[in-house]
Amino acid sequence: MKIVIVDESPVRTAILEDGLREAGFTNVERIGEMRSLLARIYALDPDVILIDLANPSRDILEQMFQVSRAVRRPVAMFVDQSDTASIQASVDAGVSAYIVDGLKKERIKSILDLCISRFNAFSRLQDELERAKSQIEERKTIDRAKGLLMKAKNLGEEDAYRLMRSTAMREKKKIFEIAQAIITASELFK
Amino acid sequence: MTAERETLRIGFIPLADAASLFIAVDKGFAAQEGLEIELVQEVSWSNVRDKLNIGMFDAAHLLAPIAVASSLGLGHVKTPIVAPYNLAMNGNAITVSPSLHAAMNARLEGDALDPLATARALARVVADRRAAQAEPLTFGMTFPFSGHNYQLRYWMAAGGVDPDEDVRLVVLPPPYMVGSLAQGHVDGFCVGAPWNSVAVDLGVGHILHFSVELFTRYAEKSLAMRERFALEHPHVVAALLRALHRAAGFVAEADPHEVAAILARPDRVGVDAQVILRTLQGRLKVSPGGATRENARYLLLGQEGAERPDPTQAAWLYAQMARWGQAPVSPAFLDAAKAVFRADLFDAALPAVAAPPPSADAIGAVCGPAFDDRDIAAYLAAFPIRRAP
Repeated sequence: MKIVIVDESPVRTAILEDGLREAGFTNVERIGEMRSLLARIYALDPDVILIDLANPSRDILEQMFQVSRAVRRPVAMFVDQSDTASIQASVDAGVSAYIVDGLKKERIKSILDLCISRFNAFSRLQDELERAKSQIEERKTIDRAKGLLMKAKNLGEEDAYRLMRSTAMREKKKIFEIAQAIITASELFK
Repeated sequence: MTAERETLRIGFIPLADAASLFIAVDKGFAAQEGLEIELVQEVSWSNVRDKLNIGMFDAAHLLAPIAVASSLGLGHVKTPIVAPYNLAMNGNAITVSPSLHAAMNARLEGDALDPLATARALARVVADRRAAQAEPLTFGMTFPFSGHNYQLRYWMAAGGVDPDEDVRLVVLPPPYMVGSLAQGHVDGFCVGAPWNSVAVDLGVGHILHFSVELFTRYAEKSLAMRERFALEHPHVVAALLRALHRAAGFVAEADPHEVAAILARPDRVGVDAQVILRTLQGRLKVSPGGATRENARYLLLGQEGAERPDPTQAAWLYAQMARWGQAPVSPAFLDAAKAVFRADLFDAALPAVAAPPPSADAIGAVCGPAFDDRDIAAYLAAFPIRRAP
């Protein structure tokens, strides 16, 4: 079975491809460039096409359903009328699948489930990355405020930090918010 | 006004013809009706359709033919959808590359403003290219079930060009249209605002015709919702329709600069306010040289009773699907298509809004037989170029 992944994110494509290979689907092709998308797909002649929902080119794939000379094999959206839970899960995860008519439903189901979990894993990864980034930003802000306090009040590093922490507890705020306030105030007093 | 506030998620594609939806939210008309609306920007019509079908959206700004196609189960999962409000009529245009424009002008007999004359010119260009063994021309449109597809097909077939045999028609997401024209991947396209103007501004396209020059009353975008949602929440639907009606009135009467500024926001249409202004005023630059053309009916939001869904227009959309082989010719399909455009829901919400004066033909096509939904087969048989019946 040949599977084509249409996705402009190389990282997510790699994650998905790994998962598919582990599950025994070794015939996987990637399309990361959207120019002449249909022509490429027809040339590859896949059994299953996976596309991320954030890709505007998804509408191009809808053309495959049209009766036309260009279509070699009928292609249908994988999910049938009764399978709304699967559609919901895949839309939530941000992936859509198209298959060639006549493929066994159970086989497709396992591919889609795999896609959903890999797509969700990818967004978790992204969230973690975002969190790590903002933690670094917070740390930088706190360090800067600490420096300002040390200079203005002639405090040591420990004392400056302790002062911020006790203020944060008293005001029921995060230490990062106190640090931001210190920086803002110091700009005003310049 | 309802006592409790209702929260609605409504999906849209960033286009100028969603103006009433934006204004209803941004000018507070929805809030005044007790509605809290979260507008969700989408990147593809497939996404809008799927999220509407599975209930992730309560309503959506949707290509009117998709509402019909979903209800008929064409090309996708069958989901009964209703369209109780037309967000926009008309508003598209056909744009061609400078080289195709020059080739067509050289083969033009008659008036360049006459769509039949330009379509015949296109037929001659197609014949010339075939004789020279050149690649067939390629035209872009936005979706298989779209006015852009049907308008392009209707126009070129009127001149003797078979849209399936003589040229290539390809789906392109609207934001990619202009780039594809500039790079020569397509020779022309039919799309809504603001993309035709963007192509002209960049010097890569000439606007041939406004869609209103082909059809005087074409139902372009619907406010669509699942039939079940409309059944279960009649008061919410009525409140939403009232808010949209007031928004459409605002667009018609307010300073167009204010409306254009709202639409220009990145979370709305996200293009230059000046370009949007031209759309709203129906005054478009049609060639890179600077020539402009004006048509007050270029895009109809609330004017001329354009908001009220007309089942005959849904029937016409279905007839196009049948003509081009997307749907079978069947009385059951025809009835199901007409039932999508719910004038009754519109009238229940807005009883004071007068229906437009009855006209001989609900569509007003520039050429071809008058539309009669009582005999679709005879109507279609009058077209020499068709896939069915």
